[in-house]
Amino acid sequence: MPDLANTPAVVLSGIRKSYGEHEVLHGVSLTANEGDVISILGSSGSGKSTLLRCINMLEVPNAGSVSIHGETIALDQKPGQQPRARDNAQVNRLRAKAGMVFQSFNLWSHLTILENLIEAPVHVLKRDRKDAIAEAETLLARVGIAEKRHAYPAHLSGGQQQRAAIARALAMHPSVMLFDEPTSALDPELVGEVLKVMRDLAAEGRTMLIVTHEMGFARDVSTRTVFLHNGVIEEEGPPSLVFRNPRSDRFRQFISRDEREAR
Amino acid sequence: MDYLQLMGFGPNGWGYGMLAATGMTVAVALCGYLIGSILGSLGAAAAFSRFMLLRGIAGFYTTVLRGIPDLLVIYLFYFGSSSVISGVAALFGAEGFVGAPAFITGAMAIGVVSGAYQMQVFRGAVLALAKGEIEAARAYGMPSFLLFRRIILPQAARFAIPGMGNVWQLVLKESALISVIGLVEIMRQSQIGAGSTRQPFSFYLTAAALYLLITFVSGRGFRLAERRAMRGVRRAA
Ligand SMILES: Nc1ncnc2c1ncn2[C@@H]1O[C@H](COP(=O)(O)OP(=O)(O)OP(=O)(O)O)[C@@H](O)[C@H]1O
Ligand SMILES: [Mg+2]
Repeated sequence: MPDLANTPAVVLSGIRKSYGEHEVLHGVSLTANEGDVISILGSSGSGKSTLLRCINMLEVPNAGSVSIHGETIALDQKPGQQPRARDNAQVNRLRAKAGMVFQSFNLWSHLTILENLIEAPVHVLKRDRKDAIAEAETLLARVGIAEKRHAYPAHLSGGQQQRAAIARALAMHPSVMLFDEPTSALDPELVGEVLKVMRDLAAEGRTMLIVTHEMGFARDVSTRTVFLHNGVIEEEGPPSLVFRNPRSDRFRQFISRDEREAR
Repeated sequence: MDYLQLMGFGPNGWGYGMLAATGMTVAVALCGYLIGSILGSLGAAAAFSRFMLLRGIAGFYTTVLRGIPDLLVIYLFYFGSSSVISGVAALFGAEGFVGAPAFITGAMAIGVVSGAYQMQVFRGAVLALAKGEIEAARAYGMPSFLLFRRIILPQAARFAIPGMGNVWQLVLKESALISVIGLVEIMRQSQIGAGSTRQPFSFYLTAAALYLLITFVSGRGFRLAERRAMRGVRRAA
């Protein structure tokens, strides 16, 4: 029985992922402890999304292992064959613990915002519908869109949709949250409202892995920054350290380019 | 005899007969349509299968059944099953031709033809699904059947309902062809009435009105269903 208080929330070890002949991740290892807020940086195509999606098996790694709260996901990784998760029930159980927030929100368009929030709690976690509704209303109030609960996603702004999507993730009581560029699809004036919600979640001590291009946010909010380049981790450490004193030249170039663009 | 008496419900009126025939048309069309839905969804599932053989069978089915005349399919079904039945009857000493039951044969024929069309409708609907929303459902731990029932089906319905309405209209018209194997539906009843009263125009005009009535009522139904399924879809301004 793992000691839950000291068991890391997520352990990735030696993750390799290929699409056909093309290897995208070349053996990435990363541990997220309870309460860590890890920002994952890197240029386009460096494998950030792929790495994040390996955590909840939206992509199954060709080699390496994934553990969530000490439970290792059983994988079939035979050379020359498509890797597969061995036990769908296990994968679904662990997925329900990892709340994912997507770049394009991906709210279910045929359901109202409130229905979006209770869908998985009621049907996946089998929670009582009344309780789920009460909790969903609290969460919507918390992200500031209580009045939109009976609206359909298409009638919300991007910022509102993303806040609803974060509330949908929270409704699952996730033990770790995965964000894949949550603000990249938003108009610049809507980015702030989403980042504020995420800042509050970090301040609560939630375990979060965030793929982002928002350098300021990564610097201020994360407890650790990971810089991915061509499928390997080039730089890793607390942002106060790595931003001031990058060891990798590529990361130095990456942040200086960003600063130039910001000016 | 004037028209109202002819189509009335009096002793010499054909009202009851036409009414019963209308019921028969709806019944055989509906049964065929439902059989078609089953075949169509199996076909669409096969068309997306990992296995080349299943994809091949599905492609063959929809191409062939949409390619040959409906009347031919009905004859093939009727004489095909009749010869089987006659063969079985011969074993028990019966002689000669034993016809297959017209209703079942007709519904089956409509089923396989409309299934070929419904398969195309379902295939298009699945292709139009929002990939990201399905991915979100998977990321939230939905097992495949729940995902299908709660996310894929209601979303696919949006894209499928208009096409399904078109197929229903086809099926309704096709049901008139079932008259050739002796099922007394609107078409056959009108032929009988026309022959025995020598007033063909009155009967065929009534038949046309009855078909239009069914189309009209079911069209309303489809529009209602479509409006329900389209909730949450922002209409292009
Ligand atoms: N399903 C796929 N099939 C084939 N190649 C893929 C697939 N998904 C990703 N790739 C490739 O893997 C590499 C890494 O992709 P990934 O999406 O992880 O990058 P990223 O760092 O998230 O980039 P971005 O900042 O553009 O989102 C890219 O070269 C991409 O083309
Ligand atoms: Mg990405």
